[in-house]
Amino acid sequence: MAILSKEEAQAILKKVIGFSKADACEVSLNGSDGGNIRYARNAVSTAGQISVMSLAVNSTFGKKTGTATINEFDDASLQKVVKRSEELAMLAPENPEYMPLLGPQDFPESTTYNAKTAAMTPDTRADMVAKSLEVSKAAKLEAAGFLENSTRFNSVMNSKGLFAYNKSTNVSFSVTVRNQEGTGSGYIEQDFNDLDKMDTLALSKIAAKKANGSAGAKAIEPGKYTVILEPLAASDMLGNMFRGFDARSADEGRSFMSKKGGGTRLGEQLFSENINIYSDPFNPELPSSTWDRDGLPNKRTQWVEKGVVKNLSYSRYWAAQKGAQPLPFNRSIVLEGGNQSLEELIKGTEKGILVTRFWYIRSVDPQTLLLTGLTRDGTFYIENGEIKFPLKNFRFNESPVIMLNNVEALGKPVRTGSGMIPPMKIRDFTFTSLSDAV
Amino acid sequence: MKRKDFIYLSGMGLGALLLQDLNALGNPIDPLQALEGVDVKFKKELADVALNAARSKGATYADIRIGRYLNQFVAAREKRVQGVSNTESFGVGVRVIANGCWGFAATNKVTKEDIAKAAEQAVAVAKANSKIMGEPVQLAPQKGFGEVAWKAPIERNAFEVPIKEKVDLLMNVNDIALQNGASFVNSVMFAINEQKYFASTDGSYIDQDIHRIYPSFTITKIDRGSGKFQTVNSLSSPMGMGYEYLTPRAEDKVQGVVTRYKHRYDMLEDVKNATQTADQKIKAKTVEPGKYDLVLDPSHLWLTIHESVGHPTELDRVLGYEANYAGTSFLTLDKWKTKKFNFGSKLVNVVADKTQKGSLGAVGYDDEGVKCGKWDLIKDGTLVNYQAIRDQAHIIGLDASQGCCYAQGWDDVQFQRMANVSLQPGKEKLSVDDMIKNVEKGIYIIGNGSFSIDQQRYNFQFGGQSFYEIKNGKIAGMLNDVAYQANTQEFWNSCSAICDESDYRLGGSFNDGKGQPSQSSAVSHGSATTRFNGVNVINTARKI
Repeated sequence: MAILSKEEAQAILKKVIGFSKADACEVSLNGSDGGNIRYARNAVSTAGQISVMSLAVNSTFGKKTGTATINEFDDASLQKVVKRSEELAMLAPENPEYMPLLGPQDFPESTTYNAKTAAMTPDTRADMVAKSLEVSKAAKLEAAGFLENSTRFNSVMNSKGLFAYNKSTNVSFSVTVRNQEGTGSGYIEQDFNDLDKMDTLALSKIAAKKANGSAGAKAIEPGKYTVILEPLAASDMLGNMFRGFDARSADEGRSFMSKKGGGTRLGEQLFSENINIYSDPFNPELPSSTWDRDGLPNKRTQWVEKGVVKNLSYSRYWAAQKGAQPLPFNRSIVLEGGNQSLEELIKGTEKGILVTRFWYIRSVDPQTLLLTGLTRDGTFYIENGEIKFPLKNFRFNESPVIMLNNVEALGKPVRTGSGMIPPMKIRDFTFTSLSDAV
Repeated sequence: MKRKDFIYLSGMGLGALLLQDLNALGNPIDPLQALEGVDVKFKKELADVALNAARSKGATYADIRIGRYLNQFVAAREKRVQGVSNTESFGVGVRVIANGCWGFAATNKVTKEDIAKAAEQAVAVAKANSKIMGEPVQLAPQKGFGEVAWKAPIERNAFEVPIKEKVDLLMNVNDIALQNGASFVNSVMFAINEQKYFASTDGSYIDQDIHRIYPSFTITKIDRGSGKFQTVNSLSSPMGMGYEYLTPRAEDKVQGVVTRYKHRYDMLEDVKNATQTADQKIKAKTVEPGKYDLVLDPSHLWLTIHESVGHPTELDRVLGYEANYAGTSFLTLDKWKTKKFNFGSKLVNVVADKTQKGSLGAVGYDDEGVKCGKWDLIKDGTLVNYQAIRDQAHIIGLDASQGCCYAQGWDDVQFQRMANVSLQPGKEKLSVDDMIKNVEKGIYIIGNGSFSIDQQRYNFQFGGQSFYEIKNGKIAGMLNDVAYQANTQEFWNSCSAICDESDYRLGGSFNDGKGQPSQSSAVSHGSATTRFNGVNVINTARKI
C-alpha cells in the first residue's frame, strides 16, 4: 500500500483538493517502503523493514498558511485533515515570503524507478550480505557493513491545477573490512537505482584488498602534497560546496559566493579553467526527480563553465525579490572529467598520495569554505607511477575552492555520494597533522 | 488559558519540511493533543499481547516499547516567525531473541492485532538472520521491577506553555539583536517529551516521562566593506528540564568576559552580549600559530569531552560494531585490562552518569529495562571502565548492564548510546580568574565551533566561538582563526588545573548521531573551567 501508482495518488489528491474551502490549497502525498540489514564482526547485528505513507495539506487564506498531516485515507479522515489545516491557517500571521501557487507545469517522466530494486525482499538482502561475508571470511578479515533498499513515491497537487508525481528506487551498500590485528582497514560504498548494478561480492573484494594493502602504514611528515583523490574522497570534499550555490545567502553576504562590497560572485572565475559542473535529472547514471519542492521543473543547468560561476539557485521568493528567474538546485551534479581511469592517474604521477576517502569533515570557516577532516581506510604513497607503501592517516585543512584551483588532472566521473565525480589529481593539498587511527 | 494563544501560529511554515522529510519528526498535531496521555493500563495490556505472541512463536526473550514522542519547534528569523510545529510520533517496537539471534519489528498501528503481528515478524526476522549470526546473544541477568514509573523532575512542562509566550520571547530576542547591530538573527525554541513504556519477559512494566528543552539563537554580523562575516551562537545548553530553564536566576549566572549560565538561562541578556561579541570578533586580530596554554570554559569543553572521552569509552565501538560508520576506539580491551592505561593526568576524573538531575541523558531506566546509575570511566587519570548494555556486559566481566541502551523512537532498534559523561571539578578551591592569573601565554575559549576527530578518537581539531588572548596572566583582547589540534591521550595528560565545583556547568549535544540507519540521542557533559598546557594552535585563515 505504501507505494501508490500515479493514477492512485492523483485520485486521492483530487479528492482532497475537492474538500478545500481555502483560497489556495496544496496537497502532497508521499510513501516509502524498504528494509535494511547491518552486520559487524563478520555476522549480522540488526535488521529492519519499514513502510510509511503520509499526506500533508497546506491551506492558505491570503498570505496565511496552515499545515496538517494524516496517515489514514478514508473520506472522513481526508475531510478532517483539510479542515484542521484551514483552522490553523486562520490563526497564522501573514507570511511575507508567501508565493502564489504555480499553475500546471510540464514535467517529463523521470528514469529513477527500477522494478527489480522495488521487488527486493529480506532474503535478497541476506544473500547479498552473505556474499560480502564470503569475501571477508575467506581472507581471514573482519567485515562490518550496511545494505539498505527503498522504494519511494512523491506526489503533489494544488488548487491551481499543478500535479507532479515521481517514483524512485535506491539500493545502497557500504562495507568496512579490517584485518584481525586492527592494523589495516579498507572501505567502499556505492548506491544505484538499479539492483543489477550492485555487486556486493566485487565491492567487498576491493575493500578487502585495501584492508590488506593498508597494513603496516608508514608515517611521513604532514605538509603540502600532490594527492590523487578517489571519486569518493573528492565527493566528500565537494558536497558542502555544491550546497553553497545559493543566491540568497550569497546576496545576504554570508557565503563564500558573496562578493566583497556586496553582491555575488556570479560570473567570476572562481576555479581552474578545467572545471565544468552541471546538473541533469536525466543523467543515465544518476537520474533524479524532474520537479523540485517549489513545484518547478528540474532541467539541465550549468553551474560552472571553464571555472566561471554561471548560475546560482534561486527560490521563487528570492527570484521575485531580485528580478531573476527561479532556478532549483538539483542533486544530480556532474563534475566533468576526462577519460583516464584512477590507475592511469596513478601511473602519471611522479610523487603523490592516494586517498581512498575522508572522514569527519567539518566546516572551519564558512567564508573560505575551509574544511578539516581526516583520511581513512586506505592512504598510500605513490612514486614513479606506482603505489609504494601505505601511509598513516592525515588530518587536512583545505578549502574545496582552493582545491579546484589546483587541479592537475581529472579522470572519468563515477557515481558517488554527491554526484558523478571524477578521480582528481590535485597539487598542494594541505595535510596539517598525523593520526594513529586505522 | 486561551486556546488561541495556546495554539498560536501552530502548523505554519511546515509545508516544505514535510515534502522533504516525511515522518522525520512525526505527524503534526494540535498542541493541545500533546497534553493527552495514553492510559498506562491499556499500555500494559498491549505489552502482554506482544510478549505472549513472541514467546508463543519461540522467542526466549522479548521486550516491547510503546513510545509517544512529542516535539515542539518554534523558529523566528529577524522580524518574522518562520515556523511553528507540533509533532507526535506514536507506535510500538518489539525486540526478541529467537534461535539466539536478535530480531526487531515495529508498527504505528497500535492495536492488539497489529502488535501481535509485529512480535511475530520480529521472531521471523531473528530466525532468518540466525543463519548468518556469530555467537548467540548472551544477556546480562536483569530482574523484573514489576509496574514502576519515573518522571523527569521538571517544574514547568514546556508543552503546557502557550506558544504565544515562546513566540513573544523569540521576537524579543530578535529585536534586541537587530537593535544592537546584528545583520541577521535566527532563534529557535525546541521542546521534546518522550513518553515511553517498556515491558519485557523479565517482568518489568516501566512507564517514563522525559523532557528536554533547547532554546538557541545565531546572530550574524556582516561587514560589507571588508566582505567579512562572523556568527555568534547562544551560550544556552540543551537541558533535560522543563520551561523553568527560561526563567533567569541570579545565582545561575557566571560572570566574566561574558555571562554564562548554569541551571537557568537569560536569553535576552545573552543575545545582547552576543551582538557585542560579534562586533569584537569582526575586529579581532588573527592568531599567531604555536603552542598555547588553553583555558577552556565548560560551554566549550563539553564537546571535547564528548568526542574524546565519551565516544572512545563506548563498548560497542571498542568491539567493532560501529566499524562501518562511527568507527572503532583506541581504548582497546587490552589497555583496559592492564588497569594502568594512562588516559590523562592525575587530575582527570571522568564519570558516566545516567541519573544527573537536569541532564539530557537522565532517565530512571534505560530502553532495555535496566535501572540507571553512575560509575567511573577515568579514575585519577587511568582508564577503569566502559559504557555497556546487556548483551555486552559479560565481555568486560560485569554481571549487570550499566544501563546505556537507547532508541531514538519506537521504530528504531535500541542499542548502546553514550551516558552523560562528565569531567569532575577540581577538589582544591580555584576560580577562573585565579587560573588565568597563572597563564603566561594562553587562549581562553568560550563556546563551541568546528569539531573533527578520527574514527578511533586519537587525533582531533576543535575551533570555538570566542577566543581571548591571555598574556602574562591577563586577558589581552580577542583573537580570530583559532583551532587547536591534539592527540587525545597527550591532551588529557596536559591537563594541569581544574576549577572547583562552583564553576561546574553542563553542556550537551541535542543530536548525537550513531548507528546505521543513523539514530540521534541527547547527552550532557559537565565540567568546570579547565587548563591544558602547551597545546598546538593553528591559524585557519585562508584567501579564496
